[in-house]
Amino acid sequence: MIKGKGIPLAISFLTGTIIIIAFFIPHAPFGSFEEISLRWYSIIAGFTMLLGVDSLLRLHTNKIKRKENHWAYSIVLLFGFLLIVIVGIISTIRYGNAFLTGSGFMYMYDNMIIPLQSTMFSLLAFFIASAAYRAFRARNFDATLLLITAIIVMFGRVPISEMISPKIPIFTEWIMSVPQMAAKRGIIIGIALGAIGVSLRIILGIERSYLS
Amino acid sequence: MKRHLLLFLCMISISVFSQELIDSTNVALIDTAITEMQHSGIVLNVCDTPNDDGTSITIKWDINDSLKGYLMDIHRIHGECDTAIALDMNPEKGIHTDNMVHGGTNYMYYALFKKDDIVKKTDNSLPVKAIGQWFNKERFDSFIVLLLIAGAFAWFIYLAKKGKSFYIRKIAGLDAVEEAVGRSTEMGKPIMYLLGIGYVTDIPTIAGLTILGRVAKKAAEYDTRIMVPSYDPVVMTTAQEVVKEAFTEAGRPDAYRKEDTMYITQDQFGYAAGVDGMMMREKPGAIFLQGLFFAESLILAETGYSIGAIQIAGTTETAQLPFFVAACDYTLIGEEMMAASVYLEREPLMLGSIVAEDLIKIIIVFVLIIGFILGLLGHGFKIGFFTDMFEWLVRII
Repeated sequence: MIKGKGIPLAISFLTGTIIIIAFFIPHAPFGSFEEISLRWYSIIAGFTMLLGVDSLLRLHTNKIKRKENHWAYSIVLLFGFLLIVIVGIISTIRYGNAFLTGSGFMYMYDNMIIPLQSTMFSLLAFFIASAAYRAFRARNFDATLLLITAIIVMFGRVPISEMISPKIPIFTEWIMSVPQMAAKRGIIIGIALGAIGVSLRIILGIERSYLS
Repeated sequence: MKRHLLLFLCMISISVFSQELIDSTNVALIDTAITEMQHSGIVLNVCDTPNDDGTSITIKWDINDSLKGYLMDIHRIHGECDTAIALDMNPEKGIHTDNMVHGGTNYMYYALFKKDDIVKKTDNSLPVKAIGQWFNKERFDSFIVLLLIAGAFAWFIYLAKKGKSFYIRKIAGLDAVEEAVGRSTEMGKPIMYLLGIGYVTDIPTIAGLTILGRVAKKAAEYDTRIMVPSYDPVVMTTAQEVVKEAFTEAGRPDAYRKEDTMYITQDQFGYAAGVDGMMMREKPGAIFLQGLFFAESLILAETGYSIGAIQIAGTTETAQLPFFVAACDYTLIGEEMMAASVYLEREPLMLGSIVAEDLIKIIIVFVLIIGFILGLLGHGFKIGFFTDMFEWLVRII
């Protein structure tokens, strides 16, 4: 009789094995098993979104109730949440679809959410500069090699390098397509084998740390 | 009422009349076309689509110059039923797959080529039925590789069961887990664990969850708070269970706080902004970034660096690895992350699976070296025998 942790282990084994079999057997009922599983996952994921929203709202409501540190930010979050929900409902009633151009929901999306996303993304430029400064300090041989390679690659990617010598962009491309690609492919082969290893360990029940 | 009835009858008669008119026109055009088609020599080759579940039929044809500029319709005939399955196609495509068939039923096909008022018709094809296959021959090579990998795994797990001990090399990033948790405890600060923006179906997220179990257990033993802000609600629910189980296993179920494994948002930069805000406010002593990260990786890692937290990162995204190497104290590169739970657990069976991975890696490296030598001799020195051998190797792989 399967009990306790045996149940999730048995489910993992059966599901994993069937998915592997389905990869090689297109005949019914195996052929459509992966598609059906993904459909089930989408349905479950839809319901867990409610859990996510519940977690978010409960956390911030409690913060306001207990007047915890920085509780004022929680008010802003709850206000933003309620605002977008209300505008979404109104837009759906008024236009039949909240995602139509010109609806209040899309107005908020285009004029508030997209600029906020762009702002966050643009911060990346400054973070790259500070991280590159630290990474490229020539403390040892490896860091010096990295610094020299980075300078060549960066220089080869701007138009002035071609004006100085057409060989610089060609050399840059060589760095990217030969040594860089070789290292990258080595890592990718390791990752692929590691992924197979994790999958097999989970399917065979050897890896149980996700069950703790 | 009478007026409505009259209108209804009138509409029916108009539709019947117009349908007849269309049919008669089509018949006239098709009849003309058949005469022309008999000389054109277009033949539809229909066959059961190979390696499928028996729900499709493939139709192929060769176009000749006389049909350039024509549009093509394909019809399926089943008993008395004639259905158009493709309309106004470019005939130069040469192939069409009918995915709307039932397995085991006979179907025939014909095509109409149309240009202005001219319609040309092919002969009906021979009857064909779709049959599901029990093995996808296109995936035979993958099957062999799977057998090889599964065989290696089975062999080394068997050896581990028999008591053979295996060696695993030192991974500095994983040795530092205890140091990071201890440091946070000494400083009285919480630990932050980020699983990235992957879903629970992604292997790096699963690997991240397995490491979370170990870190959470250490945190529970040290009585340190662990925060897991999540991008995906399924990942959040799974992480809650993993942390709860880890606290229970450590004998501290009372110290578990469900609200510390919280949902942030499913927006990439919204998540980055939310987590950055938490870092700045809560000032965690240790930050673990284990999972699938994309453009937000450096935004998170640099913020962590700015607050002076010890950072241990790991991802399979090769484009993000340099960012983590630059901004974090320790980085688990690809496979190290996958082996993390094995390294932390050191269970013989799990170690056996790592050795199996290494064996496969040796085989791959061996094949790469052979390929390199054959390529060099064949294409570099233009020796015909080696060129053929190289092409053969590439074909097999």
